[in-house]
Amino acid sequence: MTPVLLIFFVLAGLAVLGALSLVIQKHPIHSALSLIVVMVCLAGLYLLMGAEFVAAVQIIVYGGAIMVLFIFVIMLLNAGEEERTDFSKLAKIAGLPLALALTAAISAAVVKPDASIPNATQAVIPDATKLISSMLFQEFVYPFELTSFLILVAIMGALVLAQREKK
Amino acid sequence: MIESLKNLVEQNAFWIITVVKIVLLVFIVLTVNAYLTWFERKAVAHIQSRWGPHRVGPHGLLQPAADGLKFLFKEDPTPQGVDRFVYYLAPLLALALSLTALAVIPFGPNPLPFKVLGQEVYLWITNPDIGLLILFSITALSVYGIALAGWASNSKYSLLGGLRSSAQMISYELALTMSVVGVMLMTKEHAFSLPHIIEAQKGRVLWGLLPAWNIFAGPFPQIVGFICFFTSAIAETNRAPFDLPEAESELVAGFHTEYASFKFAMFFIAEYTAMITVSCLATILFFGGWHSFFPEAWALPKFIPSITLIPFGLWVIYDGLKYETIWGKLVLPVIGFVMFAIGATLAALPAVNDFIQPVFWFTAKVLVFLFFYVWARGTLPRLRYDQLMNVGWKLLLPVSIANVIVTAFTVLKWGH
Repeated sequence: MTPVLLIFFVLAGLAVLGALSLVIQKHPIHSALSLIVVMVCLAGLYLLMGAEFVAAVQIIVYGGAIMVLFIFVIMLLNAGEEERTDFSKLAKIAGLPLALALTAAISAAVVKPDASIPNATQAVIPDATKLISSMLFQEFVYPFELTSFLILVAIMGALVLAQREKK
Repeated sequence: MIESLKNLVEQNAFWIITVVKIVLLVFIVLTVNAYLTWFERKAVAHIQSRWGPHRVGPHGLLQPAADGLKFLFKEDPTPQGVDRFVYYLAPLLALALSLTALAVIPFGPNPLPFKVLGQEVYLWITNPDIGLLILFSITALSVYGIALAGWASNSKYSLLGGLRSSAQMISYELALTMSVVGVMLMTKEHAFSLPHIIEAQKGRVLWGLLPAWNIFAGPFPQIVGFICFFTSAIAETNRAPFDLPEAESELVAGFHTEYASFKFAMFFIAEYTAMITVSCLATILFFGGWHSFFPEAWALPKFIPSITLIPFGLWVIYDGLKYETIWGKLVLPVIGFVMFAIGATLAALPAVNDFIQPVFWFTAKVLVFLFFYVWARGTLPRLRYDQLMNVGWKLLLPVSIANVIVTAFTVLKWGH
Protein backbone atom coordinates (compact mmCIF):
# COMPACT_ATOMS: atom_id res chain seq x y z
CA MET A 1 0.00 0.00 0.00
CA THR A 2 1.50 3.28 -1.08
CA PRO A 3 1.44 6.25 1.30
CA VAL A 4 -0.93 8.08 -1.05
CA LEU A 5 -3.41 5.22 -0.94
CA LEU A 6 -3.11 5.07 2.84
CA ILE A 7 -3.84 8.78 3.17
CA PHE A 8 -6.74 8.37 0.75
CA PHE A 9 -8.34 5.63 2.83
CA VAL A 10 -7.86 7.54 6.07
CA LEU A 11 -9.45 10.67 4.60
CA ALA A 12 -12.22 8.77 2.85
CA GLY A 13 -13.03 6.80 6.01
CA LEU A 14 -13.10 9.99 8.08
CA ALA A 15 -15.35 11.66 5.52
CA VAL A 16 -17.83 8.76 5.60
CA LEU A 17 -17.74 8.65 9.41
CA GLY A 18 -18.30 12.41 9.52
CA ALA A 19 -21.25 12.14 7.15
CA LEU A 20 -22.79 9.35 9.22
CA SER A 21 -22.29 11.29 12.43
CA LEU A 22 -23.84 14.34 10.76
CA VAL A 23 -27.08 12.39 10.33
CA ILE A 24 -27.00 10.50 13.63
CA GLN A 25 -26.00 13.31 16.04
CA LYS A 26 -28.91 14.83 17.91
CA HIS A 27 -27.49 18.26 18.64
CA PRO A 28 -27.26 20.77 15.74
CA ILE A 29 -23.77 21.94 16.77
CA HIS A 30 -22.45 18.38 16.74
CA SER A 31 -23.99 17.85 13.31
CA ALA A 32 -22.39 21.07 12.06
CA LEU A 33 -19.02 19.97 13.46
CA SER A 34 -19.35 16.63 11.65
CA LEU A 35 -20.07 18.49 8.45
CA ILE A 36 -16.85 20.49 8.95
CA VAL A 37 -14.95 17.21 9.29
CA VAL A 38 -16.46 16.06 5.98
CA MET A 39 -15.50 19.33 4.28
CA VAL A 40 -11.91 19.22 5.52
CA CYS A 41 -11.54 15.56 4.50
CA LEU A 42 -12.84 16.37 1.03
CA ALA A 43 -10.29 19.18 0.81
CA GLY A 44 -7.62 16.63 1.67
CA LEU A 45 -8.86 14.35 -1.11
CA TYR A 46 -8.69 17.22 -3.62
CA LEU A 47 -5.15 17.87 -2.45
CA LEU A 48 -4.26 14.23 -3.10
CA MET A 49 -5.52 14.65 -6.67
CA GLY A 50 -3.22 17.63 -7.17
CA ALA A 51 -6.00 20.20 -7.14
CA GLU A 52 -4.33 22.52 -4.64
CA PHE A 53 -6.43 25.58 -5.40
CA VAL A 54 -9.73 23.74 -5.17
CA ALA A 55 -8.65 22.19 -1.87
CA ALA A 56 -7.77 25.56 -0.36
CA VAL A 57 -10.99 27.16 -1.63
CA GLN A 58 -12.98 24.22 -0.26
CA ILE A 59 -11.64 24.93 3.22
CA ILE A 60 -11.85 28.74 2.97
CA VAL A 61 -15.37 28.90 1.54
CA TYR A 62 -17.12 25.79 2.82
CA GLY A 63 -15.11 24.88 5.91
CA GLY A 64 -14.59 28.50 6.90
CA ALA A 65 -17.23 30.97 5.80
CA ILE A 66 -20.34 28.88 5.25
CA MET A 67 -19.94 26.59 8.25
CA VAL A 68 -19.09 29.53 10.52
CA LEU A 69 -22.39 31.08 9.46
CA PHE A 70 -24.18 27.79 10.24
CA ILE A 71 -22.64 27.71 13.70
CA PHE A 72 -23.32 31.41 14.20
CA VAL A 73 -27.02 30.88 13.46
CA ILE A 74 -27.24 27.80 15.68
CA MET A 75 -25.60 29.73 18.51
CA LEU A 76 -27.75 32.81 17.93
CA LEU A 77 -30.99 30.83 18.02
CA ASN A 78 -29.63 28.75 20.90
CA ALA A 79 -31.06 25.67 19.21
CA GLY A 80 -31.39 22.71 21.55
CA GLU A 81 -31.42 19.01 20.80
CA GLU A 82 -33.68 18.11 17.94
CA GLU A 83 -36.72 15.93 18.40
CA ARG A 84 -37.11 12.86 16.25
CA THR A 85 -40.42 12.54 14.47
CA ASP A 86 -41.90 9.93 12.18
CA PHE A 87 -43.23 12.60 9.90
CA SER A 88 -42.54 11.23 6.45
CA LYS A 89 -44.44 8.07 5.53
CA LEU A 90 -42.69 8.01 2.17
CA ALA A 91 -39.25 7.85 3.80
CA LYS A 92 -40.40 5.01 6.03
CA ILE A 93 -41.61 2.84 3.17
CA ALA A 94 -39.43 3.78 0.23
CA GLY A 95 -36.33 5.04 2.06
CA LEU A 96 -34.35 1.84 2.38
CA PRO A 97 -35.07 0.48 -1.14
CA LEU A 98 -34.24 3.82 -2.72
CA ALA A 99 -30.99 4.10 -0.75
CA LEU A 100 -30.05 0.57 -1.81
CA ALA A 101 -30.86 1.38 -5.43
CA LEU A 102 -28.68 4.49 -5.35
CA THR A 103 -25.80 2.58 -3.74
CA ALA A 104 -26.15 -0.17 -6.33
CA ALA A 105 -26.15 2.31 -9.21
CA ILE A 106 -23.05 4.09 -7.92
CA SER A 107 -21.15 0.91 -7.13
CA ALA A 108 -22.03 -0.49 -10.55
CA ALA A 109 -20.52 2.58 -12.16
CA VAL A 110 -17.43 2.28 -9.99
CA VAL A 111 -16.94 -1.46 -10.54
CA LYS A 112 -17.50 -1.39 -14.29
CA PRO A 113 -16.30 1.99 -15.53
CA ASP A 114 -17.67 3.42 -18.73
CA ALA A 115 -15.02 3.23 -21.43
CA SER A 116 -16.08 6.58 -22.85
CA ILE A 117 -15.01 8.38 -19.67
CA PRO A 118 -11.22 8.67 -19.59
CA ASN A 119 -9.38 7.68 -16.44
CA ALA A 120 -7.92 10.45 -14.35
CA THR A 121 -4.24 10.72 -15.08
CA GLN A 122 -1.85 11.20 -12.20
CA ALA A 123 -2.41 14.90 -12.11
CA VAL A 124 0.16 17.31 -10.91
CA ILE A 125 -0.66 20.01 -13.40
CA PRO A 126 1.93 22.77 -13.28
CA ASP A 127 0.35 26.13 -12.54
CA ALA A 128 -3.12 24.70 -12.07
CA THR A 129 -4.31 27.87 -10.37
CA LYS A 130 -3.32 29.96 -13.36
CA LEU A 131 -5.17 27.58 -15.69
CA ILE A 132 -8.30 27.78 -13.58
CA SER A 133 -8.25 31.56 -13.51
CA SER A 134 -7.67 31.96 -17.25
CA MET A 135 -10.49 29.48 -17.93
CA LEU A 136 -12.76 31.32 -15.54
CA PHE A 137 -12.06 34.80 -16.80
CA GLN A 138 -11.66 34.11 -20.53
CA GLU A 139 -13.53 31.06 -21.74
CA PHE A 140 -16.29 30.96 -19.16
CA VAL A 141 -16.44 34.63 -18.29
CA TYR A 142 -20.16 35.05 -19.14
CA PRO A 143 -21.43 32.06 -17.13
CA PHE A 144 -19.14 33.18 -14.30
CA GLU A 145 -20.47 36.75 -14.30
CA LEU A 146 -24.05 35.50 -14.61
CA THR A 147 -23.55 33.26 -11.58
CA SER A 148 -22.23 36.14 -9.52
CA PHE A 149 -25.18 38.23 -10.67
CA LEU A 150 -27.52 35.44 -9.56
CA ILE A 151 -25.88 35.39 -6.14
CA LEU A 152 -26.26 39.16 -5.88
CA VAL A 153 -29.96 38.84 -6.69
CA ALA A 154 -30.30 36.15 -4.03
CA ILE A 155 -28.60 38.36 -1.43
CA MET A 156 -30.88 41.30 -2.26
CA GLY A 157 -33.92 39.03 -2.14
CA ALA A 158 -32.90 37.79 1.30
CA LEU A 159 -32.47 41.39 2.48
CA VAL A 160 -35.89 42.40 1.15
CA LEU A 161 -37.55 39.42 2.81
CA ALA A 162 -35.77 40.11 6.10
CA GLN A 163 -36.67 43.80 6.11
CA ARG A 164 -40.36 43.30 5.31
CA GLU A 165 -41.28 42.02 8.76
CA LYS A 166 -40.21 45.22 10.50
CA LYS A 167 -42.87 47.47 8.89
CA MET B 1 23.53 -3.54 13.22
CA ILE B 2 24.96 -0.02 13.23
CA GLU B 3 25.26 -0.17 9.45
CA SER B 4 21.55 -0.96 9.00
CA LEU B 5 20.62 1.76 11.49
CA LYS B 6 22.69 4.22 9.47
CA ASN B 7 20.92 3.11 6.30
CA LEU B 8 17.55 3.60 7.94
CA VAL B 9 18.49 7.11 9.03
CA GLU B 10 19.78 8.00 5.57
CA GLN B 11 16.69 6.70 3.82
CA ASN B 12 14.38 8.67 6.10
CA ALA B 13 16.63 11.73 6.39
CA PHE B 14 13.92 14.02 5.03
CA TRP B 15 11.38 12.95 7.63
CA ILE B 16 13.86 13.10 10.51
CA ILE B 17 14.98 16.60 9.53
CA THR B 18 11.39 17.77 9.15
CA VAL B 19 10.39 16.47 12.57
CA VAL B 20 13.45 18.09 14.15
CA LYS B 21 12.64 21.35 12.40
CA ILE B 22 9.05 21.25 13.65
CA VAL B 23 10.15 20.58 17.23
CA LEU B 24 12.71 23.41 17.04
CA LEU B 25 10.22 25.85 15.55
CA VAL B 26 7.55 25.07 18.15
CA PHE B 27 10.13 25.46 20.90
CA ILE B 28 11.32 28.81 19.53
CA VAL B 29 7.80 30.10 18.98
CA LEU B 30 6.66 29.09 22.46
CA THR B 31 9.67 30.84 23.97
CA VAL B 32 9.02 33.94 21.89
CA ASN B 33 5.39 33.77 23.00
CA ALA B 34 6.41 33.68 26.63
CA TYR B 35 8.69 36.68 26.30
CA LEU B 36 6.13 38.45 24.14
CA THR B 37 3.77 38.41 27.13
CA TRP B 38 6.60 39.85 29.25
CA PHE B 39 7.36 42.49 26.63
CA GLU B 40 3.69 43.37 26.24
CA ARG B 41 3.19 43.80 29.98
CA LYS B 42 6.34 45.89 30.24
CA ALA B 43 5.54 48.10 27.23
CA VAL B 44 1.90 48.66 28.19
CA ALA B 45 3.02 49.39 31.74
CA HIS B 46 5.47 52.02 30.57
CA ILE B 47 2.82 53.55 28.29
CA GLN B 48 0.61 53.83 31.39
CA SER B 49 3.45 55.14 33.63
CA ARG B 50 3.82 51.93 35.64
CA TRP B 51 6.71 49.55 36.13
CA GLY B 52 5.12 46.31 34.97
CA PRO B 53 6.43 42.95 36.23
CA HIS B 54 9.72 43.47 38.09
CA ARG B 55 9.75 41.10 41.06
CA VAL B 56 10.29 37.65 39.57
CA GLY B 57 13.86 37.71 38.36
CA PRO B 58 15.76 40.83 37.25
CA HIS B 59 13.42 43.21 35.38
CA GLY B 60 10.71 40.56 35.79
CA LEU B 61 12.44 38.37 33.22
CA LEU B 62 11.36 35.17 34.97
CA GLN B 63 7.71 36.22 35.06
CA PRO B 64 6.81 34.09 31.98
CA ALA B 65 8.30 31.01 33.65
CA ALA B 66 6.36 31.72 36.83
CA ASP B 67 3.17 32.19 34.80
CA GLY B 68 3.79 28.94 32.98
CA LEU B 69 4.24 27.04 36.24
CA LYS B 70 1.11 28.64 37.61
CA PHE B 71 -0.87 27.52 34.54
CA LEU B 72 0.36 23.97 34.99
CA PHE B 73 -0.36 23.62 38.68
CA LYS B 74 -3.63 25.51 39.08
CA GLU B 75 -6.83 23.63 39.74
CA ASP B 76 -8.64 22.84 36.51
CA PRO B 77 -12.36 22.67 37.23
CA THR B 78 -14.90 21.79 34.54
CA PRO B 79 -18.06 23.87 35.00
CA GLN B 80 -21.45 22.25 35.30
CA GLY B 81 -23.60 21.73 32.22
CA VAL B 82 -20.82 22.09 29.65
CA ASP B 83 -20.81 20.08 26.45
CA ARG B 84 -17.78 18.03 27.43
CA PHE B 85 -16.53 16.97 24.01
CA VAL B 86 -16.69 20.45 22.47
CA TYR B 87 -15.47 22.07 25.70
CA TYR B 88 -12.24 20.05 25.57
CA LEU B 89 -11.96 20.23 21.78
CA ALA B 90 -12.08 24.03 21.53
CA PRO B 91 -8.71 24.97 23.11
CA LEU B 92 -6.99 22.10 21.30
CA LEU B 93 -8.40 23.31 18.01
CA ALA B 94 -7.34 26.90 18.65
CA LEU B 95 -3.78 25.96 19.57
CA ALA B 96 -3.28 23.31 16.88
CA LEU B 97 -4.52 25.56 14.06
CA SER B 98 -2.45 28.56 15.07
CA LEU B 99 0.70 26.44 15.32
CA THR B 100 0.00 24.77 11.97
CA ALA B 101 -0.01 28.16 10.25
CA LEU B 102 3.70 28.57 11.05
CA ALA B 103 4.60 25.57 8.90
CA VAL B 104 4.44 27.52 5.65
CA ILE B 105 6.29 30.66 6.78
CA PRO B 106 9.73 30.99 5.13
CA PHE B 107 12.27 32.59 7.48
CA GLY B 108 15.20 32.89 5.10
CA PRO B 109 16.13 32.23 1.46
CA ASN B 110 19.30 30.19 1.75
CA PRO B 111 19.71 26.65 3.02
CA LEU B 112 22.09 26.12 5.94
CA PRO B 113 25.70 26.37 4.72
CA PHE B 114 26.33 22.72 5.66
CA LYS B 115 24.37 19.59 4.78
CA VAL B 116 22.63 17.58 7.48
CA LEU B 117 22.38 13.84 6.78
CA GLY B 118 23.16 14.60 3.14
CA GLN B 119 20.20 16.97 2.77
CA GLU B 120 19.98 20.71 2.24
CA VAL B 121 18.18 22.28 5.18
CA TYR B 122 16.01 25.26 4.26
CA LEU B 123 14.64 27.70 6.81
CA TRP B 124 11.03 26.65 6.38
CA ILE B 125 9.14 23.51 7.26
CA THR B 126 7.30 23.23 3.99
CA ASN B 127 7.10 25.39 0.91
CA PRO B 128 3.91 24.63 -0.99
CA ASP B 129 2.88 26.50 -4.12
CA ILE B 130 -0.25 27.71 -2.37
CA GLY B 131 1.29 28.86 0.91
CA LEU B 132 -0.79 32.01 1.09
CA LEU B 133 -4.03 30.11 0.49
CA ILE B 134 -3.11 27.61 3.19
CA LEU B 135 -2.60 30.47 5.62
CA PHE B 136 -6.00 31.88 4.71
CA SER B 137 -7.71 28.53 5.07
CA ILE B 138 -6.19 28.12 8.52
CA THR B 139 -7.38 31.62 9.42
CA ALA B 140 -10.82 30.65 8.16
CA LEU B 141 -10.89 27.60 10.42
CA SER B 142 -9.37 29.25 13.48
CA VAL B 143 -12.64 30.97 14.37
CA TYR B 144 -14.02 27.61 15.50
CA GLY B 145 -11.76 27.39 18.52
CA ILE B 146 -13.18 30.62 19.92
CA ALA B 147 -16.78 30.23 18.77
CA LEU B 148 -17.07 26.67 20.06
CA ALA B 149 -15.42 27.56 23.36
CA GLY B 150 -18.03 30.24 23.81
CA TRP B 151 -20.87 27.89 22.97
CA ALA B 152 -19.72 24.87 24.95
CA SER B 153 -19.04 26.72 28.21
CA ASN B 154 -22.73 27.00 29.17
CA SER B 155 -22.30 30.60 30.29
CA LYS B 156 -23.94 33.71 28.89
CA TYR B 157 -20.72 35.72 28.86
CA SER B 158 -18.89 33.02 26.95
CA LEU B 159 -21.75 32.62 24.49
CA LEU B 160 -21.79 36.36 23.79
CA GLY B 161 -18.02 36.30 23.30
CA GLY B 162 -18.27 33.36 20.91
CA LEU B 163 -21.06 35.01 18.94
CA ARG B 164 -19.14 38.25 18.67
CA SER B 165 -15.98 36.51 17.53
CA SER B 166 -17.67 34.50 14.79
CA ALA B 167 -19.44 37.59 13.43
CA GLN B 168 -16.27 39.65 13.68
CA MET B 169 -13.96 37.13 12.08
CA ILE B 170 -16.31 36.50 9.15
CA SER B 171 -16.63 40.23 8.53
CA TYR B 172 -12.93 40.99 8.64
CA GLU B 173 -11.83 37.92 6.71
CA LEU B 174 -13.29 39.49 3.55
CA ALA B 175 -11.27 42.68 3.93
CA LEU B 176 -8.19 40.66 4.90
CA THR B 177 -8.36 38.54 1.76
CA MET B 178 -9.23 41.42 -0.55
CA SER B 179 -6.37 43.59 0.72
CA VAL B 180 -3.85 40.89 -0.26
CA VAL B 181 -5.10 40.59 -3.86
CA GLY B 182 -3.13 43.73 -4.78
CA VAL B 183 0.10 42.06 -3.69
CA MET B 184 -0.72 38.95 -5.70
CA LEU B 185 -1.41 41.07 -8.79
CA MET B 186 2.01 42.69 -8.43
CA THR B 187 3.77 39.36 -7.92
CA LYS B 188 2.26 37.87 -11.12
CA GLU B 189 4.06 34.52 -11.34
CA HIS B 190 3.39 31.92 -8.61
CA ALA B 191 1.45 34.52 -6.69
CA PHE B 192 0.45 32.19 -3.84
CA SER B 193 3.96 31.00 -3.05
CA LEU B 194 5.42 33.02 -0.17
CA PRO B 195 9.12 32.79 -1.21
CA HIS B 196 8.13 33.91 -4.72
CA ILE B 197 6.26 36.89 -3.31
CA ILE B 198 9.39 37.88 -1.40
CA GLU B 199 11.72 37.37 -4.36
CA ALA B 200 9.45 39.55 -6.52
CA GLN B 201 10.23 42.44 -4.15
CA LYS B 202 13.95 42.41 -4.87
CA GLY B 203 15.68 45.53 -6.19
CA ARG B 204 15.37 49.29 -5.73
CA VAL B 205 12.87 51.97 -6.72
CA LEU B 206 12.84 55.78 -6.77
CA TRP B 207 16.42 56.16 -8.11
CA GLY B 208 17.64 53.56 -5.64
CA LEU B 209 16.35 55.52 -2.69
CA LEU B 210 13.94 52.87 -1.42
CA PRO B 211 13.84 49.07 -1.60
CA ALA B 212 11.32 47.61 -4.05
CA TRP B 213 9.04 46.32 -1.31
CA ASN B 214 5.38 46.14 -2.22
CA ILE B 215 4.63 49.04 0.09
CA PHE B 216 6.99 51.34 -1.84
CA ALA B 217 7.27 49.84 -5.30
CA GLY B 218 5.13 50.62 -8.33
CA PRO B 219 3.08 50.31 -10.42
CA PHE B 220 0.85 51.03 -7.45
CA PRO B 221 2.39 51.08 -3.94
CA GLN B 222 0.27 48.95 -1.62
CA ILE B 223 0.09 51.44 1.27
CA VAL B 224 -3.70 51.37 1.36
CA GLY B 225 -3.65 47.60 0.99
CA PHE B 226 -1.25 47.32 3.91
CA ILE B 227 -3.37 49.50 6.20
CA CYS B 228 -6.47 47.46 5.37
CA PHE B 229 -4.51 44.23 5.83
CA PHE B 230 -3.03 45.07 9.18
CA THR B 231 -6.26 46.51 10.60
CA SER B 232 -8.29 43.47 9.63
CA ALA B 233 -5.48 41.19 10.78
CA ILE B 234 -5.62 42.75 14.24
CA ALA B 235 -9.36 42.09 14.20
CA GLU B 236 -8.81 38.51 13.01
CA THR B 237 -6.46 37.81 15.89
CA ASN B 238 -8.95 39.33 18.37
CA ARG B 239 -6.49 41.88 19.67
CA ALA B 240 -7.15 45.34 21.05
CA PRO B 241 -8.78 47.58 19.85
CA PHE B 242 -10.83 44.79 18.27
CA ASP B 243 -10.83 42.44 21.27
CA LEU B 244 -14.60 42.40 21.66
CA PRO B 245 -14.82 38.61 22.06
CA GLU B 246 -13.02 38.91 25.39
CA ALA B 247 -13.86 42.54 26.30
CA GLU B 248 -13.12 42.29 30.02
CA SER B 249 -15.18 45.33 30.96
CA GLU B 250 -18.34 43.85 29.48
CA LEU B 251 -18.03 40.06 29.28
CA VAL B 252 -15.82 39.14 32.30
CA ALA B 253 -13.31 37.42 29.99
CA GLY B 254 -15.49 36.62 27.00
CA PHE B 255 -15.16 33.27 25.34
CA HIS B 256 -12.59 31.89 27.80
CA THR B 257 -14.41 32.90 30.99
CA GLU B 258 -15.06 29.28 31.98
CA TYR B 259 -11.58 28.00 31.13
CA ALA B 260 -8.90 27.72 33.77
CA SER B 261 -5.37 26.47 34.13
CA PHE B 262 -3.69 25.09 31.05
CA LYS B 263 -6.79 25.13 28.85
CA PHE B 264 -6.82 28.90 29.32
CA ALA B 265 -3.11 28.99 28.57
CA MET B 266 -3.77 27.18 25.30
CA PHE B 267 -6.07 29.99 24.14
CA PHE B 268 -3.45 32.46 25.25
CA ILE B 269 -0.65 30.73 23.34
CA ALA B 270 -2.89 30.43 20.29
CA GLU B 271 -3.56 34.16 20.33
CA TYR B 272 0.11 35.09 20.61
CA THR B 273 1.14 32.59 17.94
CA ALA B 274 -1.48 34.10 15.63
CA MET B 275 0.08 37.50 16.33
CA ILE B 276 3.47 36.17 15.26
CA THR B 277 2.02 34.60 12.12
CA VAL B 278 0.27 37.82 11.13
CA SER B 279 3.45 39.83 11.72
CA CYS B 280 5.39 37.38 9.53
CA LEU B 281 2.71 37.66 6.86
CA ALA B 282 2.75 41.47 6.90
CA THR B 283 6.55 41.32 6.57
CA ILE B 284 6.38 38.88 3.67
CA LEU B 285 3.56 40.50 1.73
CA PHE B 286 4.29 44.20 2.09
CA PHE B 287 7.74 44.75 3.56
CA GLY B 288 9.98 42.62 1.40
CA GLY B 289 10.40 39.65 3.74
CA TRP B 290 14.10 39.01 4.21
CA HIS B 291 15.33 41.79 1.89
CA SER B 292 17.47 44.45 3.50
CA PHE B 293 16.36 48.07 3.60
CA PHE B 294 19.72 49.17 2.18
CA PRO B 295 21.26 48.41 -1.23
CA GLU B 296 23.12 45.13 -1.32
CA ALA B 297 26.31 46.79 -2.50
CA TRP B 298 26.68 48.81 0.68
CA ALA B 299 29.07 47.22 3.17
CA LEU B 300 28.17 49.07 6.36
CA PRO B 301 24.50 47.93 6.71
CA LYS B 302 25.78 44.36 6.84
CA PHE B 303 27.10 45.17 10.32
CA ILE B 304 23.77 46.39 11.67
CA PRO B 305 23.28 43.18 13.72
CA SER B 306 26.66 43.76 15.38
CA ILE B 307 26.09 47.52 15.72
CA THR B 308 22.86 46.90 17.62
CA LEU B 309 23.93 43.85 19.62
CA ILE B 310 27.33 45.05 20.90
CA PRO B 311 26.23 48.35 22.54
CA PHE B 312 23.03 46.76 23.83
CA GLY B 313 25.02 43.90 25.34
CA LEU B 314 27.43 46.37 26.97
CA TRP B 315 24.50 48.36 28.34
CA VAL B 316 22.92 45.21 29.79
CA ILE B 317 26.24 44.36 31.50
CA TYR B 318 26.45 47.89 32.94
CA ASP B 319 22.81 47.79 34.01
CA GLY B 320 23.32 44.36 35.60
CA LEU B 321 26.34 45.46 37.63
CA LYS B 322 24.36 48.24 39.31
CA TYR B 323 21.16 46.13 39.73
CA GLU B 324 19.89 45.97 43.33
CA THR B 325 19.55 42.22 43.80
CA ILE B 326 22.40 39.68 43.82
CA TRP B 327 20.44 37.56 41.36
CA GLY B 328 20.31 40.45 38.89
CA LYS B 329 24.01 41.23 39.43
CA LEU B 330 24.78 37.64 38.43
CA VAL B 331 22.33 37.00 35.60
CA LEU B 332 22.12 40.27 33.69
CA PRO B 333 25.87 40.58 32.96
CA VAL B 334 25.83 37.03 31.60
CA ILE B 335 22.94 37.86 29.24
CA GLY B 336 24.73 41.06 28.22
CA PHE B 337 27.96 39.19 27.63
CA VAL B 338 26.20 36.63 25.43
CA MET B 339 24.71 39.43 23.32
CA PHE B 340 28.08 41.15 23.11
CA ALA B 341 29.76 37.86 22.13
CA ILE B 342 27.19 37.16 19.38
CA GLY B 343 27.62 40.70 18.02
CA ALA B 344 31.42 40.42 18.10
CA THR B 345 31.34 36.98 16.40
CA LEU B 346 29.15 38.31 13.63
CA ALA B 347 31.51 41.24 13.10
CA ALA B 348 34.54 38.93 13.04
CA LEU B 349 33.18 36.18 10.77
CA PRO B 350 31.91 37.58 7.42
CA ALA B 351 30.60 34.18 6.26
CA VAL B 352 28.31 33.81 9.28
CA ASN B 353 27.35 37.47 9.03
CA ASP B 354 26.32 37.08 5.39
CA PHE B 355 24.23 34.05 6.18
CA ILE B 356 22.50 35.76 9.08
CA GLN B 357 21.53 38.92 7.11
CA PRO B 358 18.16 37.76 5.63
CA VAL B 359 17.12 36.11 8.88
CA PHE B 360 18.09 39.26 10.79
CA TRP B 361 16.01 41.53 8.55
CA PHE B 362 13.04 39.18 8.65
CA THR B 363 13.13 38.94 12.43
CA ALA B 364 13.63 42.67 12.86
CA LYS B 365 10.57 43.48 10.76
CA VAL B 366 8.47 40.88 12.58
CA LEU B 367 9.51 42.40 15.91
CA VAL B 368 8.48 45.86 14.70
CA PHE B 369 5.00 44.56 13.86
CA LEU B 370 4.75 42.80 17.21
CA PHE B 371 5.60 46.11 18.86
CA PHE B 372 2.82 47.69 16.77
CA TYR B 373 0.38 45.21 18.22
CA VAL B 374 1.41 46.11 21.77
CA TRP B 375 1.47 49.81 20.97
CA ALA B 376 -2.07 49.66 19.56
CA ARG B 377 -3.26 47.83 22.67
CA GLY B 378 -1.68 50.41 24.94
CA THR B 379 -3.03 53.38 22.98
CA LEU B 380 -6.39 52.77 21.35
CA PRO B 381 -9.73 52.34 23.15
CA ARG B 382 -11.88 49.33 22.29
CA LEU B 383 -14.47 49.82 19.55
CA ARG B 384 -18.16 49.50 20.23
CA TYR B 385 -19.84 46.57 18.48
CA ASP B 386 -21.69 48.64 15.85
CA GLN B 387 -18.54 50.69 15.22
CA LEU B 388 -16.66 47.43 14.68
CA MET B 389 -19.16 46.26 12.07
CA ASN B 390 -19.19 49.67 10.38
CA VAL B 391 -15.40 49.76 10.12
CA GLY B 392 -15.32 46.26 8.68
CA TRP B 393 -18.11 46.43 6.14
CA LYS B 394 -18.41 50.11 5.25
CA LEU B 395 -14.78 51.20 5.40
CA LEU B 396 -12.24 48.39 5.06
CA LEU B 397 -14.10 46.25 2.53
CA PRO B 398 -14.91 49.01 -0.02
CA VAL B 399 -11.45 50.53 0.35
CA SER B 400 -9.71 47.20 -0.18
CA ILE B 401 -11.90 46.43 -3.21
CA ALA B 402 -11.06 49.86 -4.64
CA ASN B 403 -7.40 49.07 -3.99
CA VAL B 404 -7.74 45.84 -5.99
CA ILE B 405 -9.37 47.65 -8.92
CA VAL B 406 -6.79 50.45 -9.03
CA THR B 407 -3.91 47.99 -8.69
CA ALA B 408 -5.31 45.82 -11.45
CA PHE B 409 -5.55 48.79 -13.81
CA THR B 410 -2.07 50.10 -13.02
CA VAL B 411 -0.52 46.65 -13.36
CA LEU B 412 -2.26 46.26 -16.70
CA LYS B 413 -1.10 49.68 -17.91
CA TRP B 414 2.39 50.12 -16.42
CA GLY B 415 3.35 46.68 -15.17
CA HIS B 416 5.98 45.03 -17.30
